[in-house]
Amino acid sequence: MVDNKQQWKAWLYLSPAIILLLVFTVWPIINTVRMAFLDGYKGLEAAGGATFSFGVQNFVKVVKYQKFLQCLGNTALMCVLTVPISTLLALFIAVCLNSIKALQKPLQTIFFLPYVTNTIAIGMVFAAMFNIVGSFIGTQNELISNAGIINNIITFFGGSNVNWINTGSSYAANIAVMVVYIVWNALPFKILILLGGLQSVNKQYYEAAKVDGTSRARTFWRITVPLLSPMIAYVVITGFIGGFKEYSSVIGIFGQSMGPANDAGRLNTMVGFIYDALSSNNQGRASAAALILFGIILVVTLINLYVSKKRVHY
Amino acid sequence: MADNIKVMKEKDISKVTRRAKTGGVVAKVLTYAFLVFMAIVVLFPFYWMINSSLKSIEEYRMSTPTFWPQHVMWSNYSEAFRVANLGRLFLNTVIVGVVSTILSLIITVLSAFAFARLQFKGKNILFAGLLATMMIPGELFTITNYGTVNDLGWMNTYTVLIVPFLVSVFYIYLLRQNFLQIPNELYLAAKVDGTSDIKYLWKVMIPLSLPTIISITILKMMGAWNSYIWPRLVANDDLHKLITNGLRGTAFLDEAGETNYPAQMAAVALVSLPLFLVFVFLRKYIIRGVSRSGIKG
Repeated sequence: MVDNKQQWKAWLYLSPAIILLLVFTVWPIINTVRMAFLDGYKGLEAAGGATFSFGVQNFVKVVKYQKFLQCLGNTALMCVLTVPISTLLALFIAVCLNSIKALQKPLQTIFFLPYVTNTIAIGMVFAAMFNIVGSFIGTQNELISNAGIINNIITFFGGSNVNWINTGSSYAANIAVMVVYIVWNALPFKILILLGGLQSVNKQYYEAAKVDGTSRARTFWRITVPLLSPMIAYVVITGFIGGFKEYSSVIGIFGQSMGPANDAGRLNTMVGFIYDALSSNNQGRASAAALILFGIILVVTLINLYVSKKRVHY
Repeated sequence: MADNIKVMKEKDISKVTRRAKTGGVVAKVLTYAFLVFMAIVVLFPFYWMINSSLKSIEEYRMSTPTFWPQHVMWSNYSEAFRVANLGRLFLNTVIVGVVSTILSLIITVLSAFAFARLQFKGKNILFAGLLATMMIPGELFTITNYGTVNDLGWMNTYTVLIVPFLVSVFYIYLLRQNFLQIPNELYLAAKVDGTSDIKYLWKVMIPLSLPTIISITILKMMGAWNSYIWPRLVANDDLHKLITNGLRGTAFLDEAGETNYPAQMAAVALVSLPLFLVFVFLRKYIIRGVSRSGIKG
């Protein structure tokens, strides 16, 4: 009897969660797959009574679409650049933080600060640091598009001004800005995880290395990195997953045009492509792209897991 | 022979330790230099945000920037409030944040309790199924949900910003793990005493898992504060727009189509301020939450 009562109660307590999940999670999974495999599916036409035939045309169209390939390329490029850079940088910072005593806590606090920020808001600050739009020297008419504090620092060290994000800027410069911002944003989480890992490492390994007179570099690559490998694998995998979903950071830097004013959409990403398709009522195309994104994330994660299985020492 | 070896050993050891000592000082200096440099890199955007937000537009545009405004323009902040309608945006965000956090907590606590304490058929399969949904990127849900909320007539309401995201599988998981650590004997004792489930939850489970609940609350509030994509898609009217959406709109354009950047930076600073306060006072709860998730917001 008690058992039955528990059953009844359990489902009662779970009912709000289950109802919401059925509507907003389970049904979308089914429906997205359905729409992706209905050729040229459009929500408005479907509401008007149009029928669509089953097929893989959405996928074929998306993959052949130049814009999609550009979005895929941008996303993959940002991922491939930012994940290793942020992981290595976070690793060095974590190792350094772990090796000091004075100032450790305040520095740790500072390094965590970017985590608690609004991606779009701080992206706008980065945009202002790289290039002030419409700045002038002296008079209102002398508009220049490559002023900004970063350029001042570059010229201070003898370099020349770069047009980072304004009209006429190069793709490489755009990507460089994105990489800097994404790495800045990604550091806190990675430092947090890696430092946590370091603090639980057994000190005996280091004492043994010291007795053997092992060099610092060798200690780092032969002891620290292998011992931390589970955490490194974790931040790399979550980094790739997050990286393939990059979107807000581009909005933060470039605004809704997703690129410099003369080339809107140049830095569009996979997620951006899905939303564009959705806004233009191409649900079939959006669903196909979302499934492709899911597939890519799945494959990249599996590759990561496979590699880490061979390399990670538990 | 043995003596010889001993002497050599001592010599080597002293050499090694001496090298380690001088190397140690250099390494210490380099370590601190690197860390301080990186700390400056991390902090610089915040300084630049405040610096820019207090400048006049002419000073802001100077190609040789000033490191502190010549005339501190507090008026940029009131200007930001006026042109971007920040007051309304703040209000909307707070309404959505508070309501969705409270409802979400109720759902999370009840679900976590059922999974942690009650026995029912299909419990393990259901729980595994829930965890599996965490792997799917949110964009996949959005496409259908956009149509669903449209059919429900929820466009441009608070409901559309609150209801679709009330259930977080991750929070249920987090709280369930915490509930499991509380000995079951307490529950059985409460049952013998005739205490109701709700009272037991309220008097025992929730107080004992308060740190996790606080973590969830903060992360959920931050999520509302930082959400951008979904609100822009479904509630972009002036009455329901959320704060992040107001920043990247056209509000800061003047009559000539030029952006008032100092006012925009002031708005950015105003949006960042609550997050900064949360960070200063509640950092440890945020860290507790994120070190287990890797999810932002």
